[in-house]
Amino acid sequence: MNGWSALDRFLRTDPRDVGCGEAMEMLHIYAELAAAGAPVDERCPGVAVHLRACGPCGEDFEGLLAAVRGQGSLTGTRAPRPHRL
Amino acid sequence: MTEHIAAVAGLDADSAEWPQALAGTGPRREEALARLHGLLLRIARGEVARRSPWLRLTGPELDDVAYQAAADALVAITSKLRQFRGESRFTTWAYKFVMFEVSAKIGRHFWRHPGVRLDAEGWERLPDRFGFDPAQEAEWRDLLGALRRAVNEELTARQRRVFVAIVLNNVPLDTLVLELASNRNAIYQTLFDARRKLRAALAADGYIGDDGWRRS
Repeated sequence: MNGWSALDRFLRTDPRDVGCGEAMEMLHIYAELAAAGAPVDERCPGVAVHLRACGPCGEDFEGLLAAVRGQGSLTGTRAPRPHRL
Repeated sequence: MTEHIAAVAGLDADSAEWPQALAGTGPRREEALARLHGLLLRIARGEVARRSPWLRLTGPELDDVAYQAAADALVAITSKLRQFRGESRFTTWAYKFVMFEVSAKIGRHFWRHPGVRLDAEGWERLPDRFGFDPAQEAEWRDLLGALRRAVNEELTARQRRVFVAIVLNNVPLDTLVLELASNRNAIYQTLFDARRKLRAALAADGYIGDDGWRRS
């Protein structure tokens, strides 16, 4: 990703974004659905949008998904991002 | 917006048993607490290991974060037992608190780090933060100048402070939560509104349209 696309991604906001509060409230349900292969982007688009945009919530989701999958740490999920804007 | 997600399946036997045992008394509760703490600690250790490549923490500090996160998650879980509605396995619900506690502990650690600058305005770091190529400065210099003007002229003082900390100074959002005695949702929303304003300002200045950048 170059500077132009990174800045474009940062400046884009999606009105479907539910925010941290609701995403955190639903994270356990969302993680189980994702682990089961459910189409979470379609079933809960506002949470999906938020988890892609919010670094801390996205990180919590990645960790919980790893835990749900029983892998806990090093395999199965992509490496965490250093810091999303 | 509120989304309602149906759970994957009905409540399994283990998930029905956990709240009962934890809400009970005597040896059954003590055994459940000890067993749950063991699970939480395993998950916390896995999580800090997963995040460790990006942290300024070493082995003993990582384990300390894991212990603290597991202990505080256990407190949160036992105090919120009535909030468990069986929409997921009990352990998934419980592990969520481990993630929150690990994030909070890491944010606190960063906050205490002497090298952290919350308010210093390092505008010279902006190109690097977004990955602009210094060799192509002639292409992006005007754009980033316009972005800086928009930050100064369009944002509220609080939006500006959040932008400077998170974007210019790379302060983790969870650390800024502590600094501003706020919460994750409020800081995110502040930055969300700032992002929307900045895009609108750049669009008004002709730098960006619906179909992307308008480079000169």
